[in-house]
Amino acid sequence: MNPYLPLEAEVVERIQETPSIVTLRLRLTDADARHRFYCAPGQFNMLYLYGVGEVPISIKSGPQGFLDQTLLLDHTIRAVGRVTRALVRLQPGDRLGLRGPYGQGWPMQRARGEDVHIITGGLGCAPAVSVVHDLMRQRELYGHISVVQGVKHADDLIWHEQYEHWAQQPDTRVLLAADEASASWHWHTGMVTGLLDKLQLQPDRAIAFLCGPEPMMRASAERLIELGLGADRIWLSMERNMQCAVGHCGHCQFGAAFICRDGPVFNYPQVRDLLGTRGF
Amino acid sequence: MREAVDTPGFLPMERFQQLLDLLSQSGYRCVAPQVKDSALLFETIEHINALPRGIEQTQAPGHYRLQQTDSPRHFSWANGPQALKPLTFAPRENLWYSEVTADGGLRFREAPTETEPLAVIGVRSCDLAALKLQEQHFQGGQVDPYFLARRQRLFLVAISCTHPADTCFCAATGDGPEVRNDFDISLYETDRGYFVSAGSINGEKIVQRLSLETGDPKAFSQARKEVADSAARQSRQLPGENLQHSLFTNLDHPRWQEVAERCLSCGNCTQVCPTCFCHSENDVPDVSGVKTGHERQWDSCFSPGHSYLHGITLRQETSQRYRQWLTHKFGSWHEQYGRSGCVGCGRCIAWCPVGIDPTEELAAICSPSTGKAD
Ligand SMILES: Cc1cc2nc3c(=O)[nH]c(=O)nc-3n(C[C@H](O)[C@H](O)[C@H](O)COP(=O)(O)OP(=O)(O)OC[C@H]3O[C@@H](n4cnc5c(N)ncnc54)[C@H](O)[C@@H]3O)c2cc1C
Ligand code: SF4
Ligand code: SF4
Ligand code: FES
Repeated sequence: MNPYLPLEAEVVERIQETPSIVTLRLRLTDADARHRFYCAPGQFNMLYLYGVGEVPISIKSGPQGFLDQTLLLDHTIRAVGRVTRALVRLQPGDRLGLRGPYGQGWPMQRARGEDVHIITGGLGCAPAVSVVHDLMRQRELYGHISVVQGVKHADDLIWHEQYEHWAQQPDTRVLLAADEASASWHWHTGMVTGLLDKLQLQPDRAIAFLCGPEPMMRASAERLIELGLGADRIWLSMERNMQCAVGHCGHCQFGAAFICRDGPVFNYPQVRDLLGTRGF
Repeated sequence: MREAVDTPGFLPMERFQQLLDLLSQSGYRCVAPQVKDSALLFETIEHINALPRGIEQTQAPGHYRLQQTDSPRHFSWANGPQALKPLTFAPRENLWYSEVTADGGLRFREAPTETEPLAVIGVRSCDLAALKLQEQHFQGGQVDPYFLARRQRLFLVAISCTHPADTCFCAATGDGPEVRNDFDISLYETDRGYFVSAGSINGEKIVQRLSLETGDPKAFSQARKEVADSAARQSRQLPGENLQHSLFTNLDHPRWQEVAERCLSCGNCTQVCPTCFCHSENDVPDVSGVKTGHERQWDSCFSPGHSYLHGITLRQETSQRYRQWLTHKFGSWHEQYGRSGCVGCGRCIAWCPVGIDPTEELAAICSPSTGKAD
């Protein structure tokens, strides 16, 4: 098995989430590969665009959650540079390369029976959405669920209906925050960390999943610890330059960890010392 | 592979050609160190005359010079800028090709792996240690088929060092100067010739066919003593065996800033280092417009792209890059691969254009008197 070789995938559907964010619903063209493909929330694929390059993108799961992952794989992509700008222009029927899944996802086993608090910042945090999908699919396995999402500007929030829908689910809370509100914004105005006090955290039965910019994850993790949550009950998803995704190219190293292989999801104590140190 | 213990057979200097001939008859292309561009580089060899007979060298921080002497020996120098690394992990290599098919599909094809049998003459003990680390890296988890193929075709003729450079500190890292294992053939050089032993079945097949004389135990122990003495002459030391804790508790040490004022961030140290594995990948479109190659090439934690994330370079400053190099090589490596990533070859010292010496930097950063204690 050549770990670098992509498989062919086809764009089945393209969903324009915002002017710069697009969800591509992909299907591996080879039926055998499709049936062998098994992934979990928090893992990612390398998407390759012909003649342009390859980038890591989280697997957001298919329309039915991770159950139908062998058939359809959603990837929500924000156009920021050379490869992602070209990727979001793909149309249904276009082909691209896909290899994966890679990395360690969220600790779904550990979360069983616990209250799960998902705290995310930034635009369309796909790893967080994938995990909520999965929690909802087997809702009875978990305790209370809260989804806390912070965005810079109220207009940045995508998946409004999704959040409204989750808010209707039993024993589930959705808390949204925007640094800058808009006229119709009926949620919190300010930093996402400002919402953590409202979590009704029960430290002995809670687990927190964090995803977003590192200063926000660090501030949130430290605030949760102040609120009594053990550091080992906090998990977060990290991002670094990635070229190979299999622990060879060295770009994603964070101290001794290869984020592509040992992460991207880490238990907070594994990264706590180095997180926030400039230059790592 | 096993250790050389008994007195090995002896190959007189003038019969060294036999070794080259036997290897080439067995299907190997031989490469051996030869003088090129004022340095010793592995180049194809057919005749013993091409060996660097009588060449000695001086290496010092930022300094590498060869001298011709009238010594009859071929290996009385330490090393050149290359270790085995370029032979197993190519500086630039295609991984796969993609092609647009007539119906708009995409087809991916693996690039062929390198399989030409290659015998390397004059491999040093530190080179073997570095190769082992690269094996751990490229074969330990996901197996890299390109590395594996390049590795498997190698036949290693190693030689124990009698003339370490001033920059060598393999004795301090425990990686030399005597060759102990992981070779196909091991040599000890004397003025008259070579003590030869096999370390693998493939090596045994060649050694059996050499016209060896019975080795003289006294001469052999003298040859080994030369190697041991050469270890004793090495002066560079490391401030401890495992510096991971010490380095990571001194991330704010003022020395990082001081060394950054001299460091050019050129990445020479990582390019000559036999264990550095970093590389980047990119697409190389074919003129046809329907085919493209996906290649990788060596990269370095001193390059801005190494720590690039859309819009930001995490290691903007030279001090941060230099710190990445040392904290990885002498620190995190222990956690990743169970030992330091340095085999004491000294190349990074000699080939640094401004002569920065990591052993000095480590002493300043990690020693209890200046840094935070371990
Ligand atoms: C584990 C993981 C999951 C990710 N999931 C998503 C996702 O679901 N949706 C999404 O929109 N983005 C995601 N990203 C970020 C995405 O990979 C980058 O935005 C993308 O690589 C930028 O490439 P570019 O060529 O468009 O940008 P450029 O700025 O032109 O970058 C040039 C090159 O640098 C590297 N690079 C730049 N930024 C990053 C980065 N953040 N991470 C890794 N390599 C980078 C890539 O090799 C890239 O091709 C994820 C990153 C990681 C590490
Ligand atoms: S760090 Fe320097 S001395 Fe150590 S193995 Fe690398 S090049 Fe050789
Ligand atoms: S991070 Fe730097 S020191 Fe470590 S392997 Fe890569 S280039 Fe070498
Ligand atoms: S992405 Fe290459 S080592 Fe992690």
